[in-house]
Amino acid sequence: MIYMEKIAIIGVGQTKYEQGKPDTFAELIYEVTAAALEDAGITKDDLDDIVSISSDFWDGRTISSMAICDAIAGYGKDITTVEGDGTFGAVYGLARTLSGKFDVTLVAAHHKGTESNMNAITNTSFDPLVERKLGLDAVSSAALQARRYMSKYGLTQEQFALTSVKNHGNAMRNPLAMLPMDISVEDVMNSRMVADPLKVLDCSPLTDGAAAIILATEEAAKKLTDPAKCVWIKGVGHCSDAYRPGDRDLADTEALKRAANRAYEMAGISDPLSEIDVAEVYDAFSYMEPLWLEGLGICGEGTGCKSTEEGLFNFDGELPVNTSGGRLSANPVQVAGLAELAECVLQLRGEAGEHQVDGAKTALAQGINGMCGQSHCVWVLGK
Amino acid sequence: MGKRVGIIGVGQTHHAAKRLDASGVELIAEAVTRALDDAQLTIDDIDAIVVGNMDHFENINYVDTWAVDGLGAYMKPVFKVTTGGTTGTTVAASGYYQAASGLFDVVMAVGWEKNSESDTQAAIATCANPILERDSFAGAIGPLATEYSMYMKAYGATEEDAAIAAARARNNALNNPYAHSRQAVTVEDVMKSPMLSYPIKFLDMCPRSDGSCAVIFASEEKAKQLCPQPAWVHASVVRHDYTHFGDLEWTYMPTLERATERAYKLAGITDPIKEFDMAELYLPASTCAVKWMDSMWFCDRGGAPELVRKGTFHMDGEMPINPSGGVISTNPIGATGLLRVGEAAWQIMGKSGDRQVENVKKALCTGFGGCSWTDVMILGAEMP
Repeated sequence: MIYMEKIAIIGVGQTKYEQGKPDTFAELIYEVTAAALEDAGITKDDLDDIVSISSDFWDGRTISSMAICDAIAGYGKDITTVEGDGTFGAVYGLARTLSGKFDVTLVAAHHKGTESNMNAITNTSFDPLVERKLGLDAVSSAALQARRYMSKYGLTQEQFALTSVKNHGNAMRNPLAMLPMDISVEDVMNSRMVADPLKVLDCSPLTDGAAAIILATEEAAKKLTDPAKCVWIKGVGHCSDAYRPGDRDLADTEALKRAANRAYEMAGISDPLSEIDVAEVYDAFSYMEPLWLEGLGICGEGTGCKSTEEGLFNFDGELPVNTSGGRLSANPVQVAGLAELAECVLQLRGEAGEHQVDGAKTALAQGINGMCGQSHCVWVLGK
Repeated sequence: MGKRVGIIGVGQTHHAAKRLDASGVELIAEAVTRALDDAQLTIDDIDAIVVGNMDHFENINYVDTWAVDGLGAYMKPVFKVTTGGTTGTTVAASGYYQAASGLFDVVMAVGWEKNSESDTQAAIATCANPILERDSFAGAIGPLATEYSMYMKAYGATEEDAAIAAARARNNALNNPYAHSRQAVTVEDVMKSPMLSYPIKFLDMCPRSDGSCAVIFASEEKAKQLCPQPAWVHASVVRHDYTHFGDLEWTYMPTLERATERAYKLAGITDPIKEFDMAELYLPASTCAVKWMDSMWFCDRGGAPELVRKGTFHMDGEMPINPSGGVISTNPIGATGLLRVGEAAWQIMGKSGDRQVENVKKALCTGFGGCSWTDVMILGAEMP
């Protein structure tokens, strides 16, 4: 049993997620840093630790975090950089806050997908001698995973499309989401094929944006912030599978299971479907949501699509999933995990506006690193 | 409250200009295997792993997922940190904080670089602002040449002072079987070596190396249980106060002053040269081994040349610096800072072989990177 001292998320900040934002990386980071500080009701002088999340590949710049150190309020403070999804950056922020060396840690990420070349950048995630030469990238490898998932459990493209319909529909309630859409399964099926079986509406869009969260020790949270703003970290786990897609059964979710089990053990959760009230799951592609829900133990092996069809994860279902609209409605890659955590915080505070789930007390966020969800990170938050 | 943390194992590759015998993942595996052997552990004893390098050098995205086989990270928690030149010390700090957090007991920190597969200067160049500073301050040598020129003018330091520090480090490397560049060098040899960018000459400057380093951090109880003499972490501090090269001070290093000031306070250090028994410092050029001594509270500003000339930092001096040969002898960039921490840990553990300084109780480590990014870690034989 892992004992963890109480750490709160006391502030969150997000930009609107859009394509073609004119802001520089530093301007995006400044916007969300200021917003998170204001949300927590503190100033930058109350921060003593900064974790930026930055990718040299996506930014097209070496030491990419160097360019945002002033905007993130790093002057005179301890500062570091995680490269990967926001959920992993937040794990390091949590570890630093738990170390006893810092009281208040800001974690922030920026991303401008529309200034990047997604295919080339994600192609460089593959082995340079073998898979890279085949032209694999985030989309084509996801297509292989979708196919494997379909063949393993006899699933259909129409079943995947349902998640896209649901999440774009949820986005209509979230003013920050980029692609609010009232669409049908037929619309998804008729959208342009990108990498068989994935069509445009099965894929998340290139997105620009930034997000920040502020972590605080129990003592600092009580001193600095309105208790109504505090959301508490109940459990967290992360775990990586094998590197080569060929070394994995792409419809197997062992790494996610281990990450989730660790988070659940810390949070004292034994039946996630009934104990979790709202979940943000990494739906970079439509099929990923049901697949990850299986790995999260929220539904059984091969039953994610069936439960989706039954409406279990709808906004008014038993466990609303991706109430923000999900990555399908806005996917600012490294930012995505922080956006998930921000959505969970808003839900637990009761500040989620039109996309508020009534009485949400426990929330889950799940992020991934690497291709086809090689590495997973699971968070459980509560009031 | 957080736990106290000790280093219980260190491993490194035999570094070289080109390790044609090993891929990047194999270099990592070499360091990881040696660190596990050093700590007498197996991979099953490792609870979490953190890795770092600089992306654009080898053009590998998501290095934490790519390196899983070498790291032994299959079905384990792993993520990546990266901050440029300081990446190695950033990895060390991450190992420290994760072990201190109580989330994990034994954390392995790994840095690596295979510079022979990279265009290092071209990759570094893109760290500078593309519109304002990339033309003038791109690359590693230019800013270092500029700062030492200004330091020489301000305080009367000389090219020979840097050459003394260069010869010192290069001769120390003769005692380090892992070092990339091992050559007996005189001050005269350094002075006669080809000029790269005035006043920095070939033998003043760091190479680019292929190599990896792994350091195992353990929380208090585990460290005591697993290791007869852990190297305890007494302080870990980072300062990075500048976004543009044009904002830097050029005759002293404010981030190094502020980071060491804070770290000394945390570790209770008041007279660094007396209290530290040795130091492993990230000095990318021998000119830094003169100028930067001013900014670690060893002397007043401008006092460094005298300390260098009187041999304060030689192996037989008051506070030996870089018994390993330092960065100008070995520079696998993402591992370079971690090598400082690993080498200093070995000094405290008494495992440094021919480069061992006698009876090391306290050691200072630093990392340096883009736009004066400064990391400081203080290690001690006694639990803090």
